[in-house]
Amino acid sequence: MSRGLRAAMRPYIAAFASRFLQMLQYRTAALAGFATQCWWGGIKVMVFAAFYGGTAVAGASSPMSLAQAITYTWLAQGMLVLMPWMGDPEVGQAVRTGAVAYDRLRPVDAYALWFARSAGWIAARLLPRVALMAAFAAVALPLAGLGDWAWQLPASVAAGAAFLLSAGLALLLSTAMVMLLNVAATAALNERGINAVATPVVIVLSGNLLPLALLPDAWQTALRVQPLAGLMDIPARLYFGQLSGWHAAGGLGLQCFWIAVLVALGRLAMGRTMRNLQVQGG
Amino acid sequence: MPHILVDRLLKTYRISERDPGVMGALRGLVHRRHRTVEALSGVSFALERGELLGFIGPNGAGKSTTIKILAGILRPDGGRVEIDGHDPFQDRERHVARIGVVFGQRTQLWWDLPVGDGFDLLRDIYRVDPQRYRRTRDELVALLNLERVLDQPVRQLSLGQRMRAEIAAALLHEPEILFLDEPTIGLDAPSKLAVRDFVRRANRERGTTVLLTTHDMHDIEALARRVIVIGHGRVLADSPIEALRAQVMAERRLVVDFAQGAALPTQVPGATVHARDGQTLVLDFDPAVTTAPALIARIAAAHPVEDLRLEGLAIEAVIARFYALHGAAEA
Repeated sequence: MSRGLRAAMRPYIAAFASRFLQMLQYRTAALAGFATQCWWGGIKVMVFAAFYGGTAVAGASSPMSLAQAITYTWLAQGMLVLMPWMGDPEVGQAVRTGAVAYDRLRPVDAYALWFARSAGWIAARLLPRVALMAAFAAVALPLAGLGDWAWQLPASVAAGAAFLLSAGLALLLSTAMVMLLNVAATAALNERGINAVATPVVIVLSGNLLPLALLPDAWQTALRVQPLAGLMDIPARLYFGQLSGWHAAGGLGLQCFWIAVLVALGRLAMGRTMRNLQVQGG
Repeated sequence: MPHILVDRLLKTYRISERDPGVMGALRGLVHRRHRTVEALSGVSFALERGELLGFIGPNGAGKSTTIKILAGILRPDGGRVEIDGHDPFQDRERHVARIGVVFGQRTQLWWDLPVGDGFDLLRDIYRVDPQRYRRTRDELVALLNLERVLDQPVRQLSLGQRMRAEIAAALLHEPEILFLDEPTIGLDAPSKLAVRDFVRRANRERGTTVLLTTHDMHDIEALARRVIVIGHGRVLADSPIEALRAQVMAERRLVVDFAQGAALPTQVPGATVHARDGQTLVLDFDPAVTTAPALIARIAAAHPVEDLRLEGLAIEAVIARFYALHGAAEA
């Protein structure tokens, strides 16, 4: 990185790192989250097994094998915190207490600072949970003789690399969405109502509840291009090698497109909100 | 050119209201009622480089609003602000890099981060040269007695520790101007003294221009040469503290303890009886009419006196009287 760029990025890198390290303190929360996700993952795996086993037809014509569906489930459970169903609670708190005034006092781009901070918040919850989930579903389950229920390796090395890149983009995409929630919380001076609305929409449309491929055929085109697909569906398709070559590039490009759109939208909304924001009280 | 110029500043807020109770809440769903409140109606003043100005006024007078506008986080509805000849809203980033702000009732350090890490984060946010930062930080830590709290998360600090840390945080980038909005609110006596001492040093030794709001008149007495009294969004007085005192504090108070069993005088020529309690008589007098020695001599000649105390009116009383005089107390 050139010196000028590093100087320019310094506040944002620091905000990301501070939030990341701060979140790593909360070990109990990470373990509790992991336990919950294992539990739900186990239930979903069993539901898939029953579904695939019950109807031979479903197994034959399904766009996804049972082993893939199981791997998908573990992946989705590990990446659950990418679901943007709530704004960064620290932003919510800053808005409620009026500490948000201080964010206006920093000689930096206010959107970028919050973005870096929220990205750190998400990343610090994502990485430990993915690691724990991999240890459980990819290592512990096969060792326990439950290889049929395990998290399988990606289709190829290239597929794995494309997945990692796509997961990184999913983090940025998730952050861009969280930023919209942050701005909405700022405008409403309260974040709770917004969080409640976001949850069901996000979990279905991202593909976290079920692979999007298993949803009705008539919706497939719309489902594949909508922004939430970039959080889970696109990384997973790359993982399984279902998107390769130009299709892979297209998937990554679609993620980049939505990041750009949502960041632009977020900046616009934040600029407007901040102008109207009156920090309350004496 | 003044360092800070404030010219006929106007600001109104729109406040939503609703009637109390369930019916009020339901009515509020259909029809929102708003009321406009004039927070500032033509505030003007100028501050030279290196000055230390105390800003006082009742709650809701417009002090914080003025600070928020000067800091560039709230746009005025009218009037003009210039900081060192520049409009703070034209080039926000440049403006905020040169100021430090402490809002006494809010916190700028991240709640769950140790104080030292919070300082390091501000170093990077303000892009302060690391060497220079170390020097400034060490100096601030020593002066504000923060060595022991550097490893502690902000949420574990006492209010006094937190406020000292907040003040250090506002100065890490060595700002030219320091805005302090109620920096001593809720602090115990030693912390108040430490904060005052530090602000005075920053002003004298570094030449930092300081604008401070407070309800603690001892802050003003200890720190500010010049005081602006604001009420109902207007400047009511802008004068050296001594002049303000002379203007409102003409009256002084004599407390006399009479000997056991002695009869208390019902009237004392040249003074008014403020209160009587057992053998104690509290008298107010105007030194321009009756001098203190004359008054004391007169009383001591006629009555057996045990003890005498001469008091200036407490500065709180002076200010309360000043507010009342101008009808400025909060409605």
